[in-house]
Amino acid sequence: MAKIVAGIACSHVPAIGVAMDRGQTHTDYWAPLFEGYAPAREWLAKLAPDVAIVVYNDHASAFSLELIPTFLIGVAASFPIADEGFGARPVPPVNGHPELAWHLAESLILDEFDMTIANQMPVDHGLTVPLSITCGQPAAWPFAVIPLCVNVVQYPPPTGARCYKLGQAIRSAVEKFDQDLRVVIYGTGGMSHQLQGERAGLINRQFDTAFLDGLTRDPLALTRITHTEYMREAGSEGVELVMWHVMRGALGEQAAEVYRHYHVPASNTAAGLMILENRN
Amino acid sequence: MTRSRDYDSIPGTYVYDSERGRIGYTLNMFCMSLNQAENRRAFKENEAAYLDRYALSAEQRRTVLERDWLGMLKVGGNIYYTIKIAFCDGLTFQDVAGMMSGVPKETYARMMLAGGRSPEGNRYKEKPHG
Repeated sequence: MAKIVAGIACSHVPAIGVAMDRGQTHTDYWAPLFEGYAPAREWLAKLAPDVAIVVYNDHASAFSLELIPTFLIGVAASFPIADEGFGARPVPPVNGHPELAWHLAESLILDEFDMTIANQMPVDHGLTVPLSITCGQPAAWPFAVIPLCVNVVQYPPPTGARCYKLGQAIRSAVEKFDQDLRVVIYGTGGMSHQLQGERAGLINRQFDTAFLDGLTRDPLALTRITHTEYMREAGSEGVELVMWHVMRGALGEQAAEVYRHYHVPASNTAAGLMILENRN
Repeated sequence: MTRSRDYDSIPGTYVYDSERGRIGYTLNMFCMSLNQAENRRAFKENEAAYLDRYALSAEQRRTVLERDWLGMLKVGGNIYYTIKIAFCDGLTFQDVAGMMSGVPKETYARMMLAGGRSPEGNRYKEKPHG
């Protein structure tokens, strides 16, 4: 039986990937952020999962406004790295896990989550930056990856509560898979940030801290945060935090925080990282 | 036509909702084309000619040619799309964010290093709720 053993919440700021790709992680600007990533890398290397489900959003890379899937799962054997407008990131291609991914697609749809299925798609910084943050710069990614995209670009994204329930359905589906796989799930994006308008640059450390605390204290209460509250309190792009609820829903109620790192700024963004271990 | 939205009370914020999606589709699809290197080259070689391929409004066209980043949002631009024009120019997200908020690059960078823009006083256009 497959099992979700841990969850990783992780911001996916593109500039973090650029800093790694250009060897700038030891500069005064970036060092405090990257020093906080080191313990997470050690933890993940020790855990050595077989598969990672990465919940992220595409940023006008694989999908344009032509088609806007609310929830999508990638079932391919491999996913190329997208050119987002400045060339593809120099990172390894992402290998999928078609058997588990197809199992998830079937199970989730029959469980009333109407997933879009992608047999071919490039993946952008939303997926690759969290991998870089938690794995460093290996020649090949150390586990298979199942991309799970959530629309947060065209309003409205799915609600936090819906995302949490999708996470619960993912957990149930994983546990019905008949191979012994140890699975981690990433919830990416956030934390507070606003990239647009006269209010660009908004950061709300108090909101972010309460959100991080809430992931273990009362995750269901967090799922009741409305889109407007996210945008008002955590910036227009802070609404990406709905994706963290998919990760949290896929863990048991007793998930325990084992590591946290929070740093401002990464470009325009408050970068958060939290590791949660499944304890039931 | 469109009912008022509770997020309309947030200052300096352009939510990419159905209204903006309706008027901004073509503008954003032009930006999407810049994901391809050959299109980036063609755009940089002759911006006006490249824009002729897209049925943009006069105002949309002006905002692109003049790099009026804030103006693009007002005519349906989505930041994840319009940023691709900035990438063509060698600009970063932070450069554009500074320009949209109307302060010099250095001032914006200092604000971010000091912890970012505070939500205090920036939650509502008016201040009925403090």
